[in-house]
Amino acid sequence: MTVSATATAEVFSLEETAPDHARAIRDSRPLRLITCGSVDDGKSTLIGRLLWDTKAVKEDQAATLERDSSGKQNDLGLPDFALLLDGLQAEREQGITIDVAYRYFSTDRRAFIVADTPGHEQYTRNMATGASTADLAVLLVDARVGILEQTRRHATIASLMGIRQFVLAVNKIDLTHYDRARFEQITHDFKEFALTLGVKQITAIPMSALKGENVVYDGRAAMPWYDGPTLVETLEKATTRSNQTVGFRLPVQRVSRPGESFRGYQGTVAGGSVKPGDSVVVLPSGMVANVTKIVTFDLVRNAAVAGDAITLVLDRQVDVARGDMIVAIDSQPMTGRGFDAQLVALQPDGIEPGKRYWLKSGSRRQRVSIEPVSQLDLKTAKWGAADRLGMNAIGKVHLTFDEQAIFDTYEQNRTTGAFILIDPDTNNTVAGGMITGRRSEIGGIHKDDQRVLLSLPADLAEKIMATELFANRRQDVDVRHTSAGRAAEILADLDD
Amino acid sequence: MSDIRPEAEAKHSATQKPPLDPHLKALENEAIHIFREVAAEFERPVMLYSIGKDSSVLLHLARKAFYPGRVPFPLLHVNTGWKFAEMIAFRDKIVKDYDLDLIEHINPRGAAENVTPFTHGSALYTDIMKTEALRQALDAGKFDAAFGGARRDEEASRAKERIYSFRTPDHRWDPRNQRPELWNIYNGMIRNGESVRAFPLSNWTEVDIWRYIQAEDIPIVPLYFAEKRPYVERDGMMILAEDPRLELLPGEVKQEGVIRFRTLGCFPLTGAIRSTATTLDDIIAELETATVSERQGRAIDRDQSGSMEKKKREGYF
Repeated sequence: MTVSATATAEVFSLEETAPDHARAIRDSRPLRLITCGSVDDGKSTLIGRLLWDTKAVKEDQAATLERDSSGKQNDLGLPDFALLLDGLQAEREQGITIDVAYRYFSTDRRAFIVADTPGHEQYTRNMATGASTADLAVLLVDARVGILEQTRRHATIASLMGIRQFVLAVNKIDLTHYDRARFEQITHDFKEFALTLGVKQITAIPMSALKGENVVYDGRAAMPWYDGPTLVETLEKATTRSNQTVGFRLPVQRVSRPGESFRGYQGTVAGGSVKPGDSVVVLPSGMVANVTKIVTFDLVRNAAVAGDAITLVLDRQVDVARGDMIVAIDSQPMTGRGFDAQLVALQPDGIEPGKRYWLKSGSRRQRVSIEPVSQLDLKTAKWGAADRLGMNAIGKVHLTFDEQAIFDTYEQNRTTGAFILIDPDTNNTVAGGMITGRRSEIGGIHKDDQRVLLSLPADLAEKIMATELFANRRQDVDVRHTSAGRAAEILADLDD
Repeated sequence: MSDIRPEAEAKHSATQKPPLDPHLKALENEAIHIFREVAAEFERPVMLYSIGKDSSVLLHLARKAFYPGRVPFPLLHVNTGWKFAEMIAFRDKIVKDYDLDLIEHINPRGAAENVTPFTHGSALYTDIMKTEALRQALDAGKFDAAFGGARRDEEASRAKERIYSFRTPDHRWDPRNQRPELWNIYNGMIRNGESVRAFPLSNWTEVDIWRYIQAEDIPIVPLYFAEKRPYVERDGMMILAEDPRLELLPGEVKQEGVIRFRTLGCFPLTGAIRSTATTLDDIIAELETATVSERQGRAIDRDQSGSMEKKKREGYF
């Protein structure tokens, strides 16, 4: 029992215990997890319990808590945990959680970052936000109630966002008199459903967050029939996701040129690894170069892996700008102007067909038009045809870019396969998306050998390209910007 | 590997440190990513520098992010005139040693109307000398992005704040209407006059800060280390009694004791703790068994319930 060790350690001298703790945390990256469940499944109580039993809540915070709840306590004489979490005044007033909050706790094995997301249906978008960075999802169900539509909804969203590790927390088990058969039935129901999502890694735990059983401390006294891990033990053993096994990707954030003699490309490695001597390609230009150095503040490194923030130096003068991607020569991402994706609509206006949005992926921002194709019905888990997506909708869409785009599938790389959409009218983030594949450049019903080259002033071209008719056929069109003189030359060539 | 290294690089590799553990490395990578993203996307970024331990870490990360180049934005210190003397001396040394651009701003109204924490109360004083002063300085510099060292583990309303925290032209934060923030893709699109506060340390905890200071050997203000210092007890806090402007109230006596500070702000509003921690090892050991949070010593958080959220909505960092 890892945390009880920390708790009792206080009686010993600090010199003996502290170094152990410090060494333990060094073993791994923080595990990011998301907690989700329906409104009354006891999520806030669970997180409060986690923070309380791992000593992440300090005395003065507990005192504020007791003052704010005007002495309101649960039947165990502990403060109302939900108040600890609902930090915003509106939330305290309404007694609900309206936004993603991030919580931090650690055991002597590992540190944890919890995205605490709202249970209400209208805040599904916040769940998607929390799930985007999570390694693991904790799904809460009330043991008396079992799997609800909202449970299935959350499991579906979490799996779409790429989460492969689930904990099914069967909470309030004390209120069923620790009914083992009930626990096993709920576990069975959920596993059956999860299989349809392709999720296989599920740990089901019977628990009482209120009483602190099987959360941090074990609940053997009340549930001798359960010999599995507690929630915290499960979290300590979970794996963090990594993009290290795929091809090298460096989305260039900025070009560093402090003086004549130095030119480096700064960014965070989004996949694979790199070392001096490797051959790389700069996309979208396609220029090839070799890596000469990986520069960091501390030392010149002999390798960098996914997740590292680095400065890369190449062996020749190539044209590299922010938004470009430097990739492994033998394992390149997809490039093109048409892609397929799944996305979650995050704002009241939804996603409008044909509208031109800004798409940001990595450090690259470009114009895109969206064509909704289908929408997921979260009740039936079936996809049905759709031509627009409302708020909270999960849809499949076609993306059509004005210029070359660069992606991996989200399945292969959770960084280079992910994007957000920004509404140019409001500047707000209106969708989160995941690339599923590339579409052929010229496809569908418009296959035709006949092409027309037009040379027009840029402002007129802008106007034409902004029309709905044009946007709907965007994937069929090649556009290049050039000077009037060069355009005249090309047309003259054709006339010859 | 190449034999040709810029001079500065050779200097760094000479002081070989053990590599960071994966936990701190992940936090460092995330912070550097945020620094580079903001510097590339915004016209006029600035870094809020409060001289405390979090600012020291923030500055260190900024230097790492842009190495071998210079930090490509100025530091802004919103001074109240009531900081600890040691803080100002430390600030001036750091700015000189690291070749940084520093903007110092003191609200002129504070001097003109003689606003002090003693005469105006902590709430009004903070509002004028910190919140209003910050808005003045950001407006004067036309800054469209400001880095801050806030962490989500510090306080309940901060737990909900984005890494890119959008502000209206009058610097307001609308917690109910924040932009969704997915993956590590940040939306930096704003209109004229609007701005973003960027928080590279969002996911750090207090222990992480100290362990990183230790691992990276980052200089900090000596007030963080225990030493015999003069103090008076006031409102349940131990106030440092070094500044001649501190007048003893009836019944107060100057005492001496081995104390240190867990956070640093304005000396009349910052309480010391009794501690014998004279090294980073001591501080970390003390923290891991601490039973109170670091903001416990800060008077301004306790003025009223939800007081940090209210200040933030009005433009406080």
